[in-house]
Amino acid sequence: MRVRYLIIGNSAGGIGAAQAIREVDKAGSIAMISDEPYPSYSRPFISKYLVERHSLEKMLFRPADFYDQNNIISLLDRKVDSLGWESRTVELDDGRRIGWERLLLAVGGVPIVPAVEGVDKRGVFAFTTLDHAKAIDKFLDNAHKAVVIGGGLIGVSATEALAKRGIEVVIVEMKERILNTILDERASLIVEETLDRADIRVITGQTVTEIAGAPKVSEVVLGSGEGIPCDLVVVAIGVSPRIELTLGTDIKVNRGIVVDRHMATSHPDIYSCGDVAEAYDFVYDTNRLTPIWPNAYVGGRVAGLNMAGVETEYPGGTSMNSLSYFGLDIAAAGIVAPPDEEGYEALTKQTNESYRKVILKDDRLVGMVFVRDIEKSGIVFGLMKDRVNVGSFKQAILDDDFGLAFLPEEIWRPRLEASLGRG
Amino acid sequence: MGCHLCEVYCQVQHSKSKDLIKAFKRESPRPLPRLRVETKDSISFAVQCRHCAEPPCVYACLTGALHKDKDSGIVTVDVERCIGCWTCILACPFGVIKRDTKQGKIVKCDLCPGEDVPACVVHCPNEALIYADVSGEDING
Repeated sequence: MRVRYLIIGNSAGGIGAAQAIREVDKAGSIAMISDEPYPSYSRPFISKYLVERHSLEKMLFRPADFYDQNNIISLLDRKVDSLGWESRTVELDDGRRIGWERLLLAVGGVPIVPAVEGVDKRGVFAFTTLDHAKAIDKFLDNAHKAVVIGGGLIGVSATEALAKRGIEVVIVEMKERILNTILDERASLIVEETLDRADIRVITGQTVTEIAGAPKVSEVVLGSGEGIPCDLVVVAIGVSPRIELTLGTDIKVNRGIVVDRHMATSHPDIYSCGDVAEAYDFVYDTNRLTPIWPNAYVGGRVAGLNMAGVETEYPGGTSMNSLSYFGLDIAAAGIVAPPDEEGYEALTKQTNESYRKVILKDDRLVGMVFVRDIEKSGIVFGLMKDRVNVGSFKQAILDDDFGLAFLPEEIWRPRLEASLGRG
Repeated sequence: MGCHLCEVYCQVQHSKSKDLIKAFKRESPRPLPRLRVETKDSISFAVQCRHCAEPPCVYACLTGALHKDKDSGIVTVDVERCIGCWTCILACPFGVIKRDTKQGKIVKCDLCPGEDVPACVVHCPNEALIYADVSGEDING
């Protein structure tokens, strides 16, 4: 088989690319390969699945007939064994060889497995795919207690889902506070208080030295020597870019696959996006891994347009997350806890109901944390993304009634008028 | 002039009864307005969903609940698929997506399906709101 466009990966980035290609090229053949057996589904939905056991149909990221409607060959439950970057082919695990003219590597990340004794025992799970959620679900009938290793986004999502299933959960976080890469200290504390009220124990500043039990998990042993009895363990210490296909090729890889502002790799006809790619971050003004869903989709979209010959620049992404745990809503983006060096200015406002903070550098927004009252967070994120000089109105940004009207008219008027673009 | 009538009639339009008094006095929860009037000093304007050509909310949606219709250009939410993660709220530079915290879903402007002209425009007493299509032509006549 030979196709014009080959997309490896079937999640946000791959779908973003496929949709963009079909907007501008109705005829060019597209194939998408996934090593999962499902049509594209919403990965962040897996925590909801674990709580409510939704049908696959409800979890689908695009309608079931998406591939047919867009004339896309979908090769599900198939793994790419090797990438012929010079011959412009890939070889699948069933021996098939597929030729391509433009290739997108939207392969995502793999959960990091810690070098801890017992991590291969029965009852130890990762939590990034639907199959992980299904495996945990099956295990829960005879489980009462869980330890979640890692207090990041995935860890806290898993915790909430397990707690809602009636499981007693303990989170073990290596650093001093949970969600330490996406929240500042105060917001982390607010989340920890919320978890505490939900009877979830949060242990910080501790590593796991052993997962004990034979043959099934029965205890997690901490660096302090404390043993925490449990029936299952969820390992959520992070995800690393899945760069294996690039090994032995000339494709430039740093921590992830390095892409330019067109989402092209160092090979002119190979593109990349999503969790595997190191793409432009507009806050840091350099390439970084920002493994979040919206950046994957937009990066995929830009890649797809460029693959189809419509030159498009990636506007850049940055870390941006909206969380809603146990009814606590938080929106955060960019640099939330700046290093102790001159040049950063933090403005904060805290009431009983909300906590808001923005970080500025040279009168431009570089970071934000909004807790509880998040509905204006998008306006602030928009100013951050567009690198607007907010010097003349920065004191108003945290006001309750802040809105576009606080911006100078020469900023708000063109923003409102230019955006009107139905069609 | 900051009368907020567009917000009121948006709420009525999206109520069960479609009657102002019933919607405000009897419906619980009261429907949320899907646009926002902003006022600062002498300036006042209504901000509603722009139904952007490149909609950041649709691109940010984690579940595929937000969708831009190819033909009409209208950005709508499928509430069945919305999980209330609020990622779209952080992505929208106009701040026009609201949380319905009771339902755990977003609400947003749908341009009043079934109506020729959206309720906010119809009821704007000062004709400050107009309804126009992409080409800039005034559909309102």
